[in-house]
Amino acid sequence: MSTETVSGAAARSPSADMAQDRRSFLRRAGLAGAAIALAGCGASGKDILGVDGASGAVVGPDGSITLNFANELDVLNYAYALEQLEAAFYVTVVANASFASIFTASERRVLIDIRDHEVVHKDFLAAALGTARIPNLTPKFGAINFADRTSVLQTARTFEDLGVSAYNGAARYLVSEAYLGVAGKIVSVEARHASAIRDILNNRSADFAPNAFDLGNTPQTVLTAAAPFITESITVVNA
Amino acid sequence: MTTHSSDGVQSIIDPAVHEALHSRRSAIAKGATASGLVLAGLRMGTVPAALAAISTSAFGQGARLPTAVIGVLNFALRLEYLEAEFYNKGIAASGLIPAADRTIFTTIQAHENVHVTYLRDLLGTSARPKPTFDYSAGNGSGTGPFADVFTNYATFLAVAQAFEDTGVRAYKGQAGALKPYKDVLQAALSVHSVEARHAAEVRRLRGNFMDNEPNQGWITNATTDVPGTAAVYAGDDNVIQLGIDVRSITAVATKEITEAFDEPLTMAAVLAIVDPFIVG
Repeated sequence: MSTETVSGAAARSPSADMAQDRRSFLRRAGLAGAAIALAGCGASGKDILGVDGASGAVVGPDGSITLNFANELDVLNYAYALEQLEAAFYVTVVANASFASIFTASERRVLIDIRDHEVVHKDFLAAALGTARIPNLTPKFGAINFADRTSVLQTARTFEDLGVSAYNGAARYLVSEAYLGVAGKIVSVEARHASAIRDILNNRSADFAPNAFDLGNTPQTVLTAAAPFITESITVVNA
Repeated sequence: MTTHSSDGVQSIIDPAVHEALHSRRSAIAKGATASGLVLAGLRMGTVPAALAAISTSAFGQGARLPTAVIGVLNFALRLEYLEAEFYNKGIAASGLIPAADRTIFTTIQAHENVHVTYLRDLLGTSARPKPTFDYSAGNGSGTGPFADVFTNYATFLAVAQAFEDTGVRAYKGQAGALKPYKDVLQAALSVHSVEARHAAEVRRLRGNFMDNEPNQGWITNATTDVPGTAAVYAGDDNVIQLGIDVRSITAVATKEITEAFDEPLTMAAVLAIVDPFIVG
């Protein structure tokens, strides 16, 4: 667990983070203006560490993103999109003025830890993808009441279960054993989060693990569920 | 058993999947390997489509599984046998589990038994039989370090945590071996994340849900407060992922970085961990 005070990546507002990263993405990718709309102009790069090569992502002039699962870097970009969403959510939860009054000390430790884990996942995937990464997304959290514990916890449950089902369902599109390995390292932590959030919602009940098998959802199912929380449209092809 | 729909998401299945479920169900209804638990799971729609469809779509009805898959599934089955009988005995031990916690353990018990039945069903005649277990970790002596496991609740919880955290790392370690077999991979991952849910619940329960280290849902560094289980957590403090030192690319502290990634264990490491519990 960690302290409530954060600095650096975890402290930046999600939208400011997004705007800055989008600009640097465009610079790195050497794309500008209408050129972004050209099909096939995915981000590319050769990094010393992390991934090596070009993604198949296409960013439209309206910011819409098309991920091509025939290119496994876009499976990582899919994970990066979801981790951005989760990180932005928990950063907002912990930063809310009501955070200390609507959650117990124990619950705050859980939520702060989860925030940190999601920021780590987001930062790691961004670093691993390097110039192959999609722009940062603009979260759309208007429907969430961050001053209401039930609203926060139910949204957290949705995001964590969705994250688990997303990794479970997308693993089949990973070609590299290294990428599959790292996805496996992340998905079980998302499942631990889901368990803790579900238990906070209904302590000592059966809810922490509602099935003997977790879902493995298609990217289409996952993105449909996530769409209300993301400004940019995200589409996956070849999955 | 405990069966719940999963927030309605389970209902999002396409016609082809429905078909697979139906043919799987009738195959099970006709076959001698059918188990009440799996059958009930299918009726309740709780066995994900990719899992239910494995035998019918990936390898053909009645076809032999690839040798590599058999090896991994029998390894998983060994661990699920270990867990299922552990919870069966724990639930049956009078006075062990407080009434307030029984729902947690009947839930986990049901899942582990479903996992056993599911793996046995997949493996068919290739399924290895259940070993004899010594939950004291005494190699059959009954007098190992956890000799009071079914009379002392704290010991029971400690062993449960070790089994669940081991299970997570064990499944994770086999993902690479299952990579060519996409449906089996997804099935294994669908069990893997459930083991992680169990692990988090047991870990938090051990701290009476106060979420103080190390009784949190996640593993900090390679830390454990259960004596004799260091091997279960060995290497979980890794901070290098895909060659990147994660400490260098995030503002989050190292402790939380180690919590954010669960590390795998090799089959050999897992077998060494569970060896004292297996008589033969």
